[in-house]
Amino acid sequence: MTTRSAGPATDAPESVGLAGSDFSGDTRTSATIGDAFTDYLNRLRGGDMGSLPALLGLVVLFTVFSLAHDKFLTTYNLANLVVQAGSICVLAMGLVFVLLLGEIDLSAGVAGGASATITALVMLDHGWTWWLAVLTGVGVGVLIGLVIGALVAMLGIPSFVVTLAFFLALQAVPLKLIGSGGSLRFNNEVLRGLSIKNVPVTAGWIAAVVIVVGFAALTLWQHRSRVAKGLVHKPLSLVLLRIALLSAIVLGLTALLNQNRAVNPAIFNISGIPWVAPVVIALLLFWTFVLTRTRFGRHLYAVGGNAEAARRAGINVKRMKIAAFVICSGMAAVSGILAASYTGKVSPGSGGGNELLYAVGAAVIGGTSLFGGRGRAMDAVVGGLVIATIPNGLGLLDQASYINFLVTGSVLLLAASVDAVSRRRRSASGV
Amino acid sequence: MTSTPETGTEWPTADSPSPEPLLQLRGINKSFGVVHVLHDVDFAVYPGQVTALVGDNGAGKSTLAKVIAGIYGRDSGDYLFEGHPVHVSGPRDVAALGVEVVYQDLALCDNLDIVQNMFLGRELHKGVLLDDMTMEDRARETLASLSVRTVKSVRQSVASLSGGQRQTVAIAKAVLWNSRVVLLDEPTAALGVAQTRQVLDLVRRLADRGLGVVLISHNMNDVFEVADRITALYLGRVAADVPTEQVTHKQVVELITAGRSGDLGIRDVAAATI
Repeated sequence: MTTRSAGPATDAPESVGLAGSDFSGDTRTSATIGDAFTDYLNRLRGGDMGSLPALLGLVVLFTVFSLAHDKFLTTYNLANLVVQAGSICVLAMGLVFVLLLGEIDLSAGVAGGASATITALVMLDHGWTWWLAVLTGVGVGVLIGLVIGALVAMLGIPSFVVTLAFFLALQAVPLKLIGSGGSLRFNNEVLRGLSIKNVPVTAGWIAAVVIVVGFAALTLWQHRSRVAKGLVHKPLSLVLLRIALLSAIVLGLTALLNQNRAVNPAIFNISGIPWVAPVVIALLLFWTFVLTRTRFGRHLYAVGGNAEAARRAGINVKRMKIAAFVICSGMAAVSGILAASYTGKVSPGSGGGNELLYAVGAAVIGGTSLFGGRGRAMDAVVGGLVIATIPNGLGLLDQASYINFLVTGSVLLLAASVDAVSRRRRSASGV
Repeated sequence: MTSTPETGTEWPTADSPSPEPLLQLRGINKSFGVVHVLHDVDFAVYPGQVTALVGDNGAGKSTLAKVIAGIYGRDSGDYLFEGHPVHVSGPRDVAALGVEVVYQDLALCDNLDIVQNMFLGRELHKGVLLDDMTMEDRARETLASLSVRTVKSVRQSVASLSGGQRQTVAIAKAVLWNSRVVLLDEPTAALGVAQTRQVLDLVRRLADRGLGVVLISHNMNDVFEVADRITALYLGRVAADVPTEQVTHKQVVELITAGRSGDLGIRDVAAATI
C-alpha cells in the first residue's frame, strides 16, 4: 500500500499501468491496444466470457454444416437463416430481462403462441387491420406477463413454478380457439411479408450505411467527450477497430443479402434483406438503449446483482420484477407473431415445442447468466443466430427430428455449463 | 479518571473539544414486547470526532444503531440534530438529515462498477438518459477527496475489489451526498491487517473533514486507534461515555463485560441486570 505520488486527479499519464495502482493516477485507459488485449485475456481467464462461446459455436457450426452440405453456405440459405433466427432472437431478447433478475420464464414460448393465435383470429374473424391485431396480440402478452410477474413478486411463488403452470395452461388457449388438428391462416400481406419479402436493395444499402455511420459517429463522439473530460475510456485504436469490425459485418451481410439469390437467377430476382431483420435490429437498439442508458436498466441490473442492496437503495424490487416479466411476455408475443409469419399459419402447437429451449439457449450461449445480473440484448441476437443455425443445418442434412431434439438439448446443457463454470471462475478471481 | 457523577456516565464537558453535538439521542428507551433493550440511553456524536460504540453481544449496539438509522422507532426519548429536536419516522428522514449508515454487509451490487454502486438508487439523469459522465466525475472526486489510492479504476466492477476496497466504496457512497454523520457497523470485522489499516485511516480522515463518525466495533485495537470518544453499552444501559485518552484498554473491556470498572460504569450493576 504505497501512498506515493499524491495530488488531485487531474490528468493521468497514459502509461500508468497496474504497477502504479494509485487512485490519483488511476488507469483511465488501457494505454495501448496491446494492453486492452491483455485485459481481455485476463477477463476471459477470470470467467467473463461475454459472447465468445457464441462466436466459437457459430464458427464450429458453420464449418461442420458447410462441409456436410454444399447448399449450406449459399446466400439463399443465409437469408433463410436470418428469417428463422428472427423469432428466436426476439424471444431470447425478452428472456434476457427475466434472466437478468435470476428468474426464468418457461411459458414464454406458449405465451407467444397464444398471442399469435389471438392476432390471427382478430384478423380472420373480425377483419381488423394488421397493426391493430399486432397491438392486441402484444397486449395479450403484456397481460400474461403482468399476471406472472404479480404472482412471482407479490405472492413470492418461485418463477419456475408459476411459469411452468402457465406453460401448461396457456397451451389450452390456441387449442380451444383453433380446435385440435386445425390451423389458422396467417397470410396478411404485411405480417407474412416480414418473412417472405425483402427490403428493396437501395433502401437496404441506405439503412446499412446509416447504421454504420451512426454507430461510428456516436462512439467517436462519446470517446472524444470522455477524453476531454478526463474520464475512463478505451484506447482510440480499439474504438476504431470496433467501428471497422461492425462496418465489415453490417456492410458485408448487406452485400450478400442484396445479391440475387434465386435458384434460377435468369428468370426470378430474389434479393434484399428480409424485412424481419430491421424489426429485430430496431428491437435490439431500443432494448440496448433501455438497459444501458436509463435508470430502469441500471436498476434492473442492480436487482439482479443484489436485490437486498437494491431494496436498501430505494429501488422498488417488486415493480422491477413485474416489469421484467411484462417485457418478456410482450416480446414473446412479438416472437410468436414472427414465427407465425414464417410458417404462414398458427396451429394449436405453436410455441409449445422447442422455441423456449432455443431461446433460453440463445440468451445463455450469447453470454447472459442464468444466475442473474449479467446479460445484454445483443447476447440474444448473437446467441439466436447460433441456435437457429442448428435446425437450419440439420434440416438441410435431412436428419430425423430426434437428432434435432438431442442436439438442441445438448447445446442448452453446454451453454448452461459454460455459464456455471464461468460464474465459478468469476467468484474465484473476482473479475 | 477523577470524577464519578451520580450516573457514572457523565464526564466534564471541558474535556470534549467540541461542545455542541451534531447528533444527540437523549433518554432513549426501546422494548421489543417484554424485552426492554435500551434503558434511558444517552448518545452523542460530535463533529470532527470518531465516537466508538462498544458493547458485548446483546448489549444493544445494533438496536441503538437502528434507532439512529430510523429503522426502529423509539418508545421514548429525544432525537436531536444540531441541538434541535427532529421528527424521525423512517430511514428517509434520517438520510435527509445527512445521516448515512454503512451496514456490515455493505449492500453493494457485484455486477455493477464502482460509480454505478455509489449512485445506486440516486442516479443522476438528464431526461430519460443517465448522466454517466457527471456521475463518474463526482465519484472520482469523492474518492480522491478521501485520498483513496488503492482503486485501479472507478469503472472496475465491485466484484474485483478486495474486502477493504469494498468497504471503502461503501463509505465513499455514504459521504457522496454531503452527509454530516456516518455510522459504520463493524467496518473491519472481515478484513485483514493491511485492509483494516486502510479503512481505519479512512475513518480518521472522515472525522478530520468535520463529519461526525460513529464506529461500532468489537475490536479494542481499532477503537483505541481511531476513536476520540468511547460509549460503552452494558445490558442496554450506557456504562460509560468517555474520551478515549482517559481510559485504558483494560477498563473498557471491564465496562463491556461487567458494566463497571473501578469508579467508572454503572453504579449498581446488580440492579441493572434485573
